[in-house]
Amino acid sequence: MADLRELYQEIILEHSKQPRNYRALPAAQHKAEGYNPLCGDHFTVYVNLDGDTIRDVAFEGSGCAISKASASMMTQALKGKSRANAEKLFESFHKLVTGHSESNGAESLGKLAAFSGVSEFPVRVKCATLAWHTLQAALKGEQETVSTE
Amino acid sequence: MTTAANVVTGSYTVPRRHTPFDVERMRRDFVILHQKVNGKPLVYLDNAATSQKPESVLRTIDKYYREYNSNIHRGVHYLSERATQAYEQARSTCQHFINAGDASEIVFLRGTTEAINLVAQTYGRQHVGAGDEIIISAMEHHSGIVPWQMLCQEKNAKLRVIPINDRGELLLDEYEKLLGPKTKFLSLVHVSNVLGTINPVRQVIEVAHRHGVPVMLDGAQAVPHVKVDVRALDCDFYAFSSHKLYGPTGVGVLYGKAKLLEAMPPYQGGGDMISSVTFEKTTYNKLPHKFEAGTPNIAGGIGLGAAIQYVNNLDWDQVELHEREVLEYATERISSVPGVRLIGTAGEKTAVVSFVIEGIHPHDVGTILDQEGIAIRTGHHCAQPLMQRFGIPATARASFALYNTKADVDALVAALHKVLEVFQ
Repeated sequence: MADLRELYQEIILEHSKQPRNYRALPAAQHKAEGYNPLCGDHFTVYVNLDGDTIRDVAFEGSGCAISKASASMMTQALKGKSRANAEKLFESFHKLVTGHSESNGAESLGKLAAFSGVSEFPVRVKCATLAWHTLQAALKGEQETVSTE
Repeated sequence: MTTAANVVTGSYTVPRRHTPFDVERMRRDFVILHQKVNGKPLVYLDNAATSQKPESVLRTIDKYYREYNSNIHRGVHYLSERATQAYEQARSTCQHFINAGDASEIVFLRGTTEAINLVAQTYGRQHVGAGDEIIISAMEHHSGIVPWQMLCQEKNAKLRVIPINDRGELLLDEYEKLLGPKTKFLSLVHVSNVLGTINPVRQVIEVAHRHGVPVMLDGAQAVPHVKVDVRALDCDFYAFSSHKLYGPTGVGVLYGKAKLLEAMPPYQGGGDMISSVTFEKTTYNKLPHKFEAGTPNIAGGIGLGAAIQYVNNLDWDQVELHEREVLEYATERISSVPGVRLIGTAGEKTAVVSFVIEGIHPHDVGTILDQEGIAIRTGHHCAQPLMQRFGIPATARASFALYNTKADVDALVAALHKVLEVFQ
């Protein structure tokens, strides 16, 4: 039986109430939409690259606390990272929330490790990963709206 | 209380013993309610999604499989005769439950969704053409929207929508304006699964009939909570599902006026719906079998019959009174939680309370409630256009059945306060 405190950690609640980088990037080089119709989480992720480095990443939209906090912390974690590092971080994050983390995985994730509780609430994994999948789609230049349902 | 034996051996007329309504006694009939979830007693408030089943229904289904399971309508041996009798008796039970004129007007199928699809694809295809119009309402479940959309697309017809007010009631003046010479059909939900609104269907049907427009009612959320008399309503079609009415999943009923069903082409082809088959020509069976191709959910139909028997044995007035008391109590207590806004405040409602909490997504509400053992539903409830109408992505919904209590409401409200604590 999972403890609610493990899912709704302080840092997650904080980010859901005051999301970081919560704005549009008007002339964004890359952007993509993510939408989970069954639960109503709906985000647009904007990215500006400097060569191979993510110079700026931001998001807009609405959704549950998990999805919003995840998007917010994602933008914080990815600013200044290379595309390759961003990809690796996504993999680690995905493993974390689906309960497939390696023992040292949490270290590289930093604050994102707060989402480890999601693995005990499988129905919320799609909330935690929506923004990340949307970011990937943005970087790949995919036109279709992303969904994690 | 009716036992399974009565159902099987054919004594159809069950004496109406109205036992006084005692909710604790009722709860003992539903063993599933007595369990713990996440260490807390289960509080099941998701009845609009599906209802729980009383012992008598479970025993009936079990008995069918243990004692006389057999394919129906075609056998000459004892078991198959017994199964056929029980199945047809269940059909008769359904007929009387909604006061249809004849058992041949009761078609067994998978559920309400299939019933609407059947009417759209048979009656609809026959009568709707290019430029014609079909009326639905803004509060429909997707099952009452998509089949008609598909038909409109196929036929180049137009879908018109009866608007609703902010309380979740149909705007009847606007409705009348939608009726015209091009209107070929009206499909309307009797009770809304999100708002709980009980629509003034008799009035709506009267007006539609004045314009020569036939009406289908989606009664999935109605039959567990309000008495339905299809002849008094004069609806042309009525559909409901077993699993919302304390019966098993996988079976439901389409009622249609005999003369309409007679004129409709079959829905699915196959065994049982035929009279004679050659490679050159096939003739169809009479009603209702024309619409019942293949081996049906026999256990399901018999189980549905037992569910209706269970409900028939209760004093329906007392059940309605109990549910109304629970609704009033729930409405008052839930709306007193800070930040809560109720969605669906019609004058006439069944015991459904949908709500949103300022700044907190319904899914977060649902997860925290689940940790407290409370089962509600969150999301768009298969009514995305309705969500759009209210400008929200989703609601949290508590829906009550005859075995729910004021104590259930108290548990829910305590958990809502916990939600506020987590998010404050």
